[in-house]
Amino acid sequence: MNSAVVISGAHYRIVHDTHYHYSAPVSLAQQLAHLWPRESPWQRCRSRQLSVSPEPTRRVDGLDVFGNPLTRLAFERPHDELKVCARLDVAVLPRPALQLADSPAWERVRLELSYSGKRLGVEELEAARFRFESPYVNLKQNFVAWADDCFVPGRPLLLAVQALMAKIFSEFTYDAAATQVATPLAQVLEEKRGVCQDFAHLMLACLRSRGLAARYVSGYLLTQPPAGKPRLIGADASHAWIAVWCPQLGWVDFDPTNNLIPALEHITLAWGRDFGDVSPLRGVILGGGSHDPEVSVTVMPLEEALARGV
Amino acid sequence: MSDLLADYPRNAAAYHELLDAKGAVRPHWRQLLAHLQRCSPAQLRQRQALLARQIQENGVTYNVYAEPDGADRPWELDLLPNIIPAEEWAELAAGVAQRATLLNAVLADIYGPQQLLAEGLLPSDLVFGHDNYLWPCQGLQPPGGTWLHVYAVDLARSPDGRWWVTADRTQAPSGAGYALENRQIVSRAFPELYRDLRVQYLAGYFRTLQDTLARQAPSDGETPLVVLLTPGRFNETYFEHLYLARQLGYPLVEGSDLTVRDSTVYLKTLGGLKRVHALLRRLDDDFCDPLELRTDSALGVPGLLDAVRQGRVLVANALGSGVLESPGLPGFLPLICERLLGAELQLPSIASWWCGEPPVLEEALEKLPELLIRAAFPSQHFAPQFGPELDAGQRAALAERLRQRPYAYVGQERPLLSQAPIWQAESGRLEARPIGMRVFAVAGPDGYRVMPGGLTRVAASASARTLSMQWGGASKDTWVLGERHIGSEPWQWGRVLGVGDVVRSDPYLPSRVVENLFWFGRYCERCEGGARLLRILLARYVDDDDDPQALNAALTVAETLGLLPPVGDEDASLETRLLQAVLAKDWPASLYVALQHLQWAAASVRGKLSRENWQALVELHKEAQGLDSEEADPGALLEFLDRLLMSMAALSGFALDDMTRDDGWRFLMIGRRIERLQFLAESIADFVAGPAAQDQSALAWLLELGNSSITYRTRYLAAPQLIPVLDLLVLDAQNPHAVLFQLRSLLRSLASLGERFELSEEAGLQSLTARLAAFDLGPLEYNPLASAGSTAVLAVLAAQLLEVAAAAGQLSDHLGLRFFVHVDASQQTQSL
Repeated sequence: MNSAVVISGAHYRIVHDTHYHYSAPVSLAQQLAHLWPRESPWQRCRSRQLSVSPEPTRRVDGLDVFGNPLTRLAFERPHDELKVCARLDVAVLPRPALQLADSPAWERVRLELSYSGKRLGVEELEAARFRFESPYVNLKQNFVAWADDCFVPGRPLLLAVQALMAKIFSEFTYDAAATQVATPLAQVLEEKRGVCQDFAHLMLACLRSRGLAARYVSGYLLTQPPAGKPRLIGADASHAWIAVWCPQLGWVDFDPTNNLIPALEHITLAWGRDFGDVSPLRGVILGGGSHDPEVSVTVMPLEEALARGV
Repeated sequence: MSDLLADYPRNAAAYHELLDAKGAVRPHWRQLLAHLQRCSPAQLRQRQALLARQIQENGVTYNVYAEPDGADRPWELDLLPNIIPAEEWAELAAGVAQRATLLNAVLADIYGPQQLLAEGLLPSDLVFGHDNYLWPCQGLQPPGGTWLHVYAVDLARSPDGRWWVTADRTQAPSGAGYALENRQIVSRAFPELYRDLRVQYLAGYFRTLQDTLARQAPSDGETPLVVLLTPGRFNETYFEHLYLARQLGYPLVEGSDLTVRDSTVYLKTLGGLKRVHALLRRLDDDFCDPLELRTDSALGVPGLLDAVRQGRVLVANALGSGVLESPGLPGFLPLICERLLGAELQLPSIASWWCGEPPVLEEALEKLPELLIRAAFPSQHFAPQFGPELDAGQRAALAERLRQRPYAYVGQERPLLSQAPIWQAESGRLEARPIGMRVFAVAGPDGYRVMPGGLTRVAASASARTLSMQWGGASKDTWVLGERHIGSEPWQWGRVLGVGDVVRSDPYLPSRVVENLFWFGRYCERCEGGARLLRILLARYVDDDDDPQALNAALTVAETLGLLPPVGDEDASLETRLLQAVLAKDWPASLYVALQHLQWAAASVRGKLSRENWQALVELHKEAQGLDSEEADPGALLEFLDRLLMSMAALSGFALDDMTRDDGWRFLMIGRRIERLQFLAESIADFVAGPAAQDQSALAWLLELGNSSITYRTRYLAAPQLIPVLDLLVLDAQNPHAVLFQLRSLLRSLASLGERFELSEEAGLQSLTARLAAFDLGPLEYNPLASAGSTAVLAVLAAQLLEVAAAAGQLSDHLGLRFFVHVDASQQTQSL
């Protein structure tokens, strides 16, 4: 972490455009959008705009079951394309400093999470939601075995998780061509290639297979343009990482794609059990033939955006 | 009759429904036994046969495994009911009602405040770990606070006579329809006894279900439309869906028949969208809405959950109720019952060990050799394992599995089953079989009502320890004795219908059903035409002394129509190609494949076909399945084609005389006419343009193709000649196998669709009809030999016929666009 930046917080403008071109008219469509950043003690959304074309016949803004802002869109008139453009101004604040070594041993956390008939507090009940298999994260003994060297007996939980993050980072190759959303985790583990989503799902599988509670976080990451070159518009992408639950400390984020603990450069959109709960945009259409989506994402410091008129 | 009980076992290890501990017949069985004693074995055999015939005739089946070629198995039903006395039943029913109340309250809690989880009374593992805990349903409030509209419980009886719960069915319980069907059949086998014993009626259960759904459905003042949502005909209990839909008077629909607009559910009918107020579902929880639940489900209704959320539709049982089916749950119910109902749980569950608690895991591992180990969640794909059947190695592997993810496994004590008598036709005696019972409860206005009866399930053999319809078990009717309740009389309509109530068409006919009827019609004709042409080829191939020119002309027609596989690189013999044309499973234009499509179309409109019609289709299917492509020779094939054509004639008879003239029928007939037009027009066009147009023997087979040989012979008493043959097959407006006849009938059928179909836009078809009617065969007279002049006339005729065929094809597309376009499949957009 770059401690020089941490002090004051950071302000960003994010532009996230999604464009579906349908080869045949769509007569009826329903879309779910997770495109409004959730509020948290370390994040404020200063302004948000979601423009949708064609005009939906129904739009309802609310929260999903995990507390994320969710926009439901329905289109009941024939259309050939769909454009959803999100324009967000977000302030990210520093989080309290963490001493990873102060966390309890991982076995103790596991035991604490398992059922014993005792009463559960709100936080423990919340953690219990993220301990199990979910559509994109299947639990297997393989994942336990593969991460055994990180979870040596008695190791503080957060150090063990950090070691797991580092292991994924060092053993896996980032390769956008290697996987799709539906690539099974076992294959990701075998081929050791993937993208942020795969690494996040894999890390979740390793933690949950071991009986720990961990959730998927969807958001953005500020990237730096090559030295001396201007930032390209639309060259960024959605990002994903994970958070693990630790008694007393609460949820702690880890980014296995970059081997770092997210701070001021990670902007959180939503969290859930896995990608399926929080994908920025998904839907069901009637008709449409084949469709070919285009996505462009730009994340830049707000000052720069204002200066460049983005 | 001799002693029925001569061979009856009297082991003390199990409870005997029939005998008490001393081996005496229990009082409530005496009347039935005395009745059986009075019957001769022949009489009983006759009743057994009657029962089997009724099952066959009613088409009661249980699909063993969902296979496209339809592994339907007849429902197995024993002649003798199981009998339960009134006072025993009262206690059991109270326990079942309490359990239903309790489980309903548990659902309200886990989808609401989650007090049970916070207080440690229910492990969060069993909720959040279960794939039928539907996250998006959290916070939903179903109408009337009813989550479980119907509930079923599987029971087994221990040697001391107590009933124990072996499983709870909370999602979409099956079996109530089979129970009713069993009752209708068995009560007819013993009518006097059924009356004298005052067996309690079942119909009250179904009436309560109708009332509850009608009362709770958000209807906004409209008459509520309730539909029964089925996953489709591949489901193992599809028969029951059909049966219940008919009994309850609900349209049977599939997910694609419904659409959600503005958070409101509609049924897609030919007459437009009709609002649906309630769904009785037989579709699993997570499949119900591909938008918010399982995204890979093609069976559900996108947006259904939101319609529920907005209070626009009732779904019974409520979405997400399947989470209570985990075998890990029952162990926690005694304390939950005290907490939620302030009462002791009346109906005990068989002992179980949910391994998510470390001390319980240790206990389960210790008892592993005695226990049945089951998965706590359906997503695990873990087949139950019986401890006693495992060797040491397997046991160790299982123990390791449990240690690795303890919360996902449950150890269960194996249920002890009671024994009930079944009648064995061979010996003419009674034998004992292990049984269990499924009992049903339905939410009423003042709590749960329990169906007085149920589905008694009989193990496949005397020593079996499990009950499963999947594994070859049978069933029994269940007779509960006692006072018959007012309002539970057998099925009858609630009010007297007057002239004003008369309905002449089904207002809720789903478009999909109509589309399938259309294709059913087309495939009937396709099979018939194909079978005729192939029979002509085979017959001429077999008597090879026939005119080779005639055979060649028929071959050319078959090739042009794509009904004969092309000569491949291997230079296949004609015999091989003919065999393939009939039987090849992997050649898309084979008769076999067409028959398969016919079956599929028929199966998806089964609710619209009469029992006899369906029976004819089943026979046809068996016939086709029975032909072995390896062994078949041309002779066998010819016989098969003869029988096939007979069956097809029966089907066309059903179409004409067995169906009401509603829209479904109209489209069936339009489908038939389009297909026949295309077949006739293309065949004749190809024939007249070929070299054999004047060949007598070729003209003979052309008449055969048009099923008009006999008409020709009676009219002309002469060998076939070109002009009269063409007149009969093209221009004769009285001959149903003539092109003009079909064209005019088609136009009439289209006109009957009224203003819903713009007939004027089919101007091409109308002018073609007029032109064909005016076609003059006269010029052929002056050119009796194949001169240039007659060839030109025939070429004009061929061209007109091809235009007719093309117009028929276009019409099919127009109909599709006009009526079935919203039958389109939904798809997921790529998630980004």
